[in-house]
Amino acid sequence: MDTKPVTFKRPSLEQSASFDRSVIDYIQNAAAHGLYEIRGLGAKRKLPHFDDLVFLAGSLSRYPLEGYREKCVTKTVLGTRFAKKPIELDIPITIAGMSFGALSANVKEALGRAATEMGTSTTTGDGGMTQEERGSSKTLIYQCLPSRYGFNPDDVRRADAIEVVIGQGAKPGGGGMLLGQKVNPRVAKMRTLPQGVDQRSACRHPDWTGPDDLAIKIQELRELTDWEKPIYVKVGATRTFNDVKLAVHSGADVVVVDGMQGGTAATQTCYIEHVGIPTLAAVRQAVDALEDLNMKGKVQLIVSGGIRSGPDVAKALAMGADAVAIGQGILFALGCNSETYIQNGEHVSAIEGYEALGTAPGFCHHCHTGKCPVGVTTQDAILEQRLQPDVGARRVKNYLKTMNMELTTIARACGKQNVHHLEREDLVALTLEAAAMARIPLAGTSWIPGHNGF
Amino acid sequence: MERLSFDLAASSLSDMNRFLHRDLADGDRRHVSVVNPDGAHNIAVGLNHPVTVEVHGHAGYYAAGMNKHATVVIHGSAGTGVAENMMSGTVHVKGFASNGAGATAHGGLLVIDGDAGLRCGISLKGGDIVVGGSVGSFSGFMAQAGRMVICGNAGDALGDSLYEAVIYIRGSVKSLGADAQFEDMTDADYTALAELLSKAGMDHDPKSFRRIASARSLYHWNADADQEY
Repeated sequence: MDTKPVTFKRPSLEQSASFDRSVIDYIQNAAAHGLYEIRGLGAKRKLPHFDDLVFLAGSLSRYPLEGYREKCVTKTVLGTRFAKKPIELDIPITIAGMSFGALSANVKEALGRAATEMGTSTTTGDGGMTQEERGSSKTLIYQCLPSRYGFNPDDVRRADAIEVVIGQGAKPGGGGMLLGQKVNPRVAKMRTLPQGVDQRSACRHPDWTGPDDLAIKIQELRELTDWEKPIYVKVGATRTFNDVKLAVHSGADVVVVDGMQGGTAATQTCYIEHVGIPTLAAVRQAVDALEDLNMKGKVQLIVSGGIRSGPDVAKALAMGADAVAIGQGILFALGCNSETYIQNGEHVSAIEGYEALGTAPGFCHHCHTGKCPVGVTTQDAILEQRLQPDVGARRVKNYLKTMNMELTTIARACGKQNVHHLEREDLVALTLEAAAMARIPLAGTSWIPGHNGF
Repeated sequence: MERLSFDLAASSLSDMNRFLHRDLADGDRRHVSVVNPDGAHNIAVGLNHPVTVEVHGHAGYYAAGMNKHATVVIHGSAGTGVAENMMSGTVHVKGFASNGAGATAHGGLLVIDGDAGLRCGISLKGGDIVVGGSVGSFSGFMAQAGRMVICGNAGDALGDSLYEAVIYIRGSVKSLGADAQFEDMTDADYTALAELLSKAGMDHDPKSFRRIASARSLYHWNADADQEY
């Protein structure tokens, strides 16, 4: 008589935690192609984030302000340290740097219009300044990146501030990437590259190394603009405490810290998911650095990387940021990952476009392909028409307006007449991880893990 | 033509730069001398007029940075990033230049009579550079457009990851960088090179130079993407 090995029915379909289906898929793709994956947007894994904090609003011990009628100031001033002409914004929510190349000219125009109507700033990206965004933006921050594509002194002079980009939250230590399919004739000309080549930006600046050099580079930009324009320094969040200190040492007016949830148009997945620290931890370290140097309030802090909503903004401000910058949220507001795009007031299905990319609305991260089904992250002459500047500007404006209303609602509930008066004592944490990273007590306790020796 | 002189031992660099940006009309005052530069950084950055600035002594970092239209002559040596991101005009260093000379220059002509340090012409975007002496390692790294003429020798990794820029070299090359290759000189190369040498005031026979350009094998990261096993 045959003896069969014993098998249990349920465990025979048990998935491995270490080698689950997505890991197996990754390995089999690697085996088939010998190439890593490149994709857009930010880290998809779950991370300690602003969701893990909640506000302690006014009650008996503190007075709230009436939610609709009492005044709550949102005015934000950036670049007061050395610049003769600091940036004055109506709201503390700015639009993060995203390149023409990654985004279409229509999108850049829409962002400028929305930002201008809301009294905030927008930012150029790798690839230079377009006429569309300068024309539509009242306040435009001009990035100085390692690749210096399209970088020129005329644009420095017509910018309102200059942001020296050291790194980006999605890929600290890495340069930008724009695959050949997005390098159309206009993009190629602006970047002085042959049309259709894969453009891989440098990860280090060509004319300086280290913070002492950066101090001289910043001085050059100041001399060039006769000390008028604020100089921002943007770092991807890694050794944030040290990096922020060095940025201040180098003479920055404003430090921008971009956490690992920050987005990208095209970066290796291994980078997006495995390099850098969460925004929550980075804000804490950045504020510590400014306080350590007694520079809080003198050098302003902008935080970015996964900021999505008014409560996120409020929490960043309460932790010590002066403003936030938003990239991916803006893309979603424009229609990224929506089932439809809007043409002349009508919703048109974009499902086929997603299917052609092998994805679906809600999951798409194919910015790198240039085949954005809703016309946001594309340089294709037909696809880019799917995002009409009027529609885009209105949607981004609504999004900014909503977040600002939420921000002031929370600030008033906490009894603040100015959103910048939100403070870390207004917050408690819901998880041990968030409590430790943000150094904010676990709700209902006075416990901050790692603080006071235990 | 009125001559103006700035003594950096006595007046501030910012005052001088502001004068060069704003007060220097296109009229009479077209020639400015800078004395006692003493290695100051950021001398004559962001010039935007067809003026001539002569620096009598050594300059620090970023001398004539982002120059447009102007002619800047440094009668001495220059620090890191001389004529970085130049758009047009001419910058002439009579002595030696440090690292990153002519980095990302979009246009204009940078002439260095002596040697240049590391990464000369890095990310060059259309400017021309003529070096009378030798250049350090990683020169021409990721250079996108423009021409580099090296009358002496080059260090390691010359022309690494070149795009469409072309390098002409007279002396030895310690090593070529990734994707850089020697190519045959054409008549067009000899003509262009003779013109650049003449503009730079260098008396060399174009026939004694070799041409280096991109093999273009790094233009697409996924060159092997079609393989499927």
